[in-house]
Amino acid sequence: MKVRLKGTMKLGRSTYRFKSNVAISDCFTVVGKKEGQGPLSIYFDMVIEDEYAGQKSWELAEGKLLNIAITKLVQRAGEKPDNIDLILSGDLLNQLSSSHFAARDLDIPFIGIYGACSTFALSVGLASLFVDSGFAKNVIAATSSHFCSAEKQFRYPLELGTQRPPTSQWTVTGAAAFLIKQEDSSQSPKITHFTVGRILDFGIKDPNNMGAAMAPAAFDTIMRHFSDTKRSFDYYDMIITGDLGYVGRKLLDELFKKEGIRFSSELFDCGILMFDPETQNTGAGASGCAASACVFGGYLYKLLRERTFEKILIVPTGALMSQSTALLGESIPVIAHALAIEIV
Amino acid sequence: MFEFKILHKGAMEKMEYLKAFLVGGLICVVGQILIDKTKLTSARVLVLFVTLGAILQGFGIYQKLVEFAGAGATVPLPGFGYSLAKGAIEEVSKVGFVGAFTGGVSRTAGGISAAVFFGYVISLIFNPRSK
Amino acid sequence: MNIKDKKVCEYLALVKANEPKTNSFKNCILAFLIGGAICDVGQAFLNLYSSFFPKDEAQVLTSITMIFLGAFLTGVGVYDKIGAFAGAGSIVPITGFANSIVSPAIEYKKEGFVFGVGSKMFLIAGPVLVYGISTSILVGLLYYLVKVFPGI
Repeated sequence: MKVRLKGTMKLGRSTYRFKSNVAISDCFTVVGKKEGQGPLSIYFDMVIEDEYAGQKSWELAEGKLLNIAITKLVQRAGEKPDNIDLILSGDLLNQLSSSHFAARDLDIPFIGIYGACSTFALSVGLASLFVDSGFAKNVIAATSSHFCSAEKQFRYPLELGTQRPPTSQWTVTGAAAFLIKQEDSSQSPKITHFTVGRILDFGIKDPNNMGAAMAPAAFDTIMRHFSDTKRSFDYYDMIITGDLGYVGRKLLDELFKKEGIRFSSELFDCGILMFDPETQNTGAGASGCAASACVFGGYLYKLLRERTFEKILIVPTGALMSQSTALLGESIPVIAHALAIEIV
Repeated sequence: MFEFKILHKGAMEKMEYLKAFLVGGLICVVGQILIDKTKLTSARVLVLFVTLGAILQGFGIYQKLVEFAGAGATVPLPGFGYSLAKGAIEEVSKVGFVGAFTGGVSRTAGGISAAVFFGYVISLIFNPRSK
Repeated sequence: MNIKDKKVCEYLALVKANEPKTNSFKNCILAFLIGGAICDVGQAFLNLYSSFFPKDEAQVLTSITMIFLGAFLTGVGVYDKIGAFAGAGSIVPITGFANSIVSPAIEYKKEGFVFGVGSKMFLIAGPVLVYGISTSILVGLLYYLVKVFPGI
């Protein structure tokens, strides 16, 4: 049954096209010390060097970063919190603890979502559906991640003397919040399409090799986006994945090569842009919900506003494992969602 | 004669350190190869090592390594397995059947208690840091 | 094999072919050097204690000392830095055992001293104790059987 929401059209199996001017009106990015020393350091709105952000635990620290991103965004956008219809937020922690801690004192209707590292696209895409359909005027899409809370939950205690394998990625400590509303002016980048991914599983069991696990999802969603929209690779100035990292990005290249597909421009990845591997010892690249969210919110958003790029397809990917997945001997289910963001 | 004894003692000690270094280092290399080349995580390698140490002592083999390399055999984790098995065997010789259950843990009680105690005390004082 | 399984197999082969290489040789050299050095530290303590105590006690005291060192270095945040380049050289010695107990104890401190520190302490070291003790019991029992029934 095709559901037709006012203003939105469904294209093909997976893509929503927004007919009205759904814009990312403003955004705010907060990052941690390591990210603040990386190649994109000047682009982030705030760097918080204290890994505890003045809080008592990693989980509360992450919630604090997210809370700061949201409150600063509301302030800078000149809005009153009462004018915000909805927050759509997610993170990596069990039961979305960070998002829930962050929203505790905000008094704004809240929906929590889980997409692992694809949460940026998931939250912005869903926010766009709310706004384009007219159900909401101002929606905040937000996400966070924190190196320490992620290591504690998914991998090993921080002080354990293990070696990180070369495929392992560094979870970004950061948070980003985006204000989605209808805007007619041509100043703000518009979200034109949202392609919802499907869950795939290509047999990767190693939680230290998420790039390899997620590459097929990025491939699948990108191909679906083009098939649904009838666009081609040449349409976009930049196609960028979320956090495939060096390993996953290489595999994605190979997957496209196998299908005989070439692009006119290079395929980028937020996980690769965030850190300098030579000086920062970050293995195969950055990961975490904040990887794609902060790289987009801090850096790509500005490039769009300056019209350095005018049409970006961003494809954040998520490795949907739990703490038990590897122990149960299961492989990692993955997903990728795509957003077409254009300045017109 | 007296000088010869001191020199000889010094040389013996140096040999001790060399043997401990070589054997301890080699056991670690085996562990490193297992971590790098197989799908075994480091925790599984440790379980393998402690079990092997116990089994090798069951056959009386690890004892010989301890006599040869001293700390080079007792400090790495197979040495912990060796200690457990040695304790069990000695206790069985003394008191029979029950010794299998009491001997291992009582011989290694010092190490286990220290680990628990220091683990607790250190956690009282220190906090985890980011990398 | 259906199409889906075939695709998965092909992909896994592609992943394997594109795996970044670990410099295992370098890792082994470092593991050898650090592991050997830690054992020498143990040997030094053993020699020291042997001058004052009988052999068995000296051995126990050496273990306790090494465990304390591993625990302390973990607390001050040094042991994980050693582990990053030493690999098995810091994991395999008994100091690594202490590190595997102290690191979760510190990490879960925020969850309280009973359920945080108290129960999470054995998160990583627990299996070592389970398998070590169980194997020693089996060894002891087998030894008993061989002793009682020498015919075996």
